[in-house]
Amino acid sequence: MTELHDEIQQVKTLYPEGARSAVLPALRLAQERYGWLSREAFEEVADALELTPAYCMSVASFYDMFHLEPVGKHMVEVCTNVCCGLVNAQAVFEAFQRELGIGPGETTPDGEVTLRAVECLGGCSTPTLVAIDHRYRQSVTPEDVPAIVEELRGG
Amino acid sequence: MAEILVLAGAEESPLRDLAAYRAAGGYLQLERARAMSPQEVTQELIESNLRGRGGAFFPMGRKASFIPSPDKIAKPIYLTVNADESEPGTFKDREIMLRVPHRLLEGCLIAAHAIQSKHVYIYIRGEYLAEYEVVEAALEQARAAGLLADVEIVIHRGAGAYICGEETGLLESLEGKRGQPRSKPPFPAISGLYASPTLINNVETITTVPKVLEVGPAEYAELGAPPDSTGTRVFCLSGNVKRPGAYELPHGITVRHLIEDVGGGVTEGRTLKAVMMGGSSFPVMTPGDLDTKLDANSLGSKGYFIGSGVISVIDDQTCIVQFALRVAQFYMHESCGKCTPCRVGTRWLVQLLRAVEAGTASEQDLELLLDVCDRIIGKCLCVLGDSAAMPVASCVTKFRDEFRAHLEEGGCPFGHDSTLDGLFAPVDQQPQPGLNQVAVVGRAR
Repeated sequence: MTELHDEIQQVKTLYPEGARSAVLPALRLAQERYGWLSREAFEEVADALELTPAYCMSVASFYDMFHLEPVGKHMVEVCTNVCCGLVNAQAVFEAFQRELGIGPGETTPDGEVTLRAVECLGGCSTPTLVAIDHRYRQSVTPEDVPAIVEELRGG
Repeated sequence: MAEILVLAGAEESPLRDLAAYRAAGGYLQLERARAMSPQEVTQELIESNLRGRGGAFFPMGRKASFIPSPDKIAKPIYLTVNADESEPGTFKDREIMLRVPHRLLEGCLIAAHAIQSKHVYIYIRGEYLAEYEVVEAALEQARAAGLLADVEIVIHRGAGAYICGEETGLLESLEGKRGQPRSKPPFPAISGLYASPTLINNVETITTVPKVLEVGPAEYAELGAPPDSTGTRVFCLSGNVKRPGAYELPHGITVRHLIEDVGGGVTEGRTLKAVMMGGSSFPVMTPGDLDTKLDANSLGSKGYFIGSGVISVIDDQTCIVQFALRVAQFYMHESCGKCTPCRVGTRWLVQLLRAVEAGTASEQDLELLLDVCDRIIGKCLCVLGDSAAMPVASCVTKFRDEFRAHLEEGGCPFGHDSTLDGLFAPVDQQPQPGLNQVAVVGRAR
C-alpha cells in the first residue's frame, strides 16, 4: 500500500462509516503529492476510497482548485473580482503576464509558474490580493511584481 | 461609544492563544451554557434575536429550535459552520477566524449544546489556508485543554466553489459530491447532512453566540437597531474609499457614516457613483440613498439587502456597464449548472452586457436584459440566479442613461479610462460552451 493510501484511510476516520466525505480531502492529498490530478492519481484515490475513478473525476471537475492538467511548480493567483478591480487589479495581473511572458491560465515553458485570474479571495480591504502558492500577499502593486517573480524563479 | 463584541480583545492584534483568550473571559460562557439545559440556551438565542450573518438574516435561535431533540429521532444531530466565505466584497469571516478563532470554537460548542449535537463540521473555503491553520491550531489547544468534552469538531476544507456557500450546496460538498444545491423542503433542520437534522450557521453568527450569553439576551436585543437588527456587525468596507477595512459597528448606522466618517470618504479626487451594497448579489445603491441605515428593515424599505455586510464604494470613474458585466461573469462562472434559467440566463446576461459595452447592442437589448433577469429571478432552486439578475437589473434600471450612451456612442463613453477597464474574468480562462470569444471588459470593440 502507498503512503497516499494510508493518508486517505486516516482522513476517512473523520467522517461517518460509508460516507463519501473524504473525497475532497483525498483529492487534495493526491494533488499535493503529484502537483495535479492525472488519470493514475484518480485511480489511486478511487481505490483508497472504494469509489470509481469516474466518480472522483466528476467531483474534482466541479471545483476550481483541482487541476485536471499539469500546472507549474508555483501558482500565482490574482484576484480580479470587482473590489480588487476598482483599485486596479488589472494592472497587477498585466504586470504578471508581462513579467512571466504568459497569458491567463498559462504555465511558463520551463514548467515553473502558472498564472491564473481568480474570483474574490476575501481580501477586499487590501487590494490587490495575490495568492502565491496559496499564501496571501496583500496590497500588491504592479511595482511589486518583478520582485515576486524573481523570488519564485530563485526559489 | 460603539461596543465591540465579536472582535473584542483583538482590536489591535489577534487573540489566538488559549491562555490569553481565557484570561479575557473566554470559554466562561461555554461553562455557563453547559450548566443550563439545551432549551434554556436556545431560548436565550431566541430572545436576543440574533440573526444569520451569512446573508439570509434568519433568526438563529428559531432555526436551532427546529432541530428535533435526540430522544425523538434515531439519528445523529449535526452542527455545520459555514466558513465558505466567498461573496465578492466579503472578508469578515476571514478576519474573525484569524483574530478570534477561540471565540468561534466557543460559539460552536455552545450551539452544539443548544441542539444536543456531538458532531461539528466547520466547512472552510479551500483558498483560506492561513485561516484553516489558525482555526486548526486553536482547535488543538481547545481539545488538549479538554474543552470539547464529548463533542468532536472537524474542519473540512472546500476546494474552490462559490456555490458551496449556499447551505445545501455546502452539505452536498461536505458529503463528497459536486456542490449542487438541493431542493427544499426538506430543510436541513429535518434532513441535512447525511439526511440527519443539521443546524447550519455562518462564522460570524456562531462567533457572536458567546457574546450574546455574556451580554445577556435582553440587553443584546436592545443593541443595534432593535427589534429586528439587533447587535453589531463586522462590516466589510472596500473599493474606492480611503480607509477600507473590517469594522465592527452596531446595526443602524448609516451607509454615509460608514463610508465618510469611518472610512475617511471616497478616494481623493473621486466622487461616489454607486455602492455595492450587501455583496455583489444585490441591487446597487445610488448616492441618494446614502443616509439609509444599515439594518434589514431600513435597507429593505428601499429595495436593498444587508447581505454579508458588504459596502464597496464604486467611484464616478467607473463604467457601470463594465461593473454589471464583471458581476455577471462571476455568476456565470459560479453557476452550478443544475437549473436552466441560471445556467443559460447568466450566459445571456454576459453576452448582452458585452454587446452593450461594445456599443453593438440596441435599445431592445436593454429590454431583453431586464427580461432575462425577470426570467431568472425566483425560478431556480437556490438564489445564485437571483444574485446575478438583481445587480444587473438594478444597474440597467438605475443607470439607463449610461447604458444608452454606450449604444449611442457605439462604445464605452469612458474610452479606456474607466476604473474597471481591462478587468479580466476567470470565466474567460477556459473555453466555455457557446462563448468562444475571449472577453476583456472594456476592450470588446
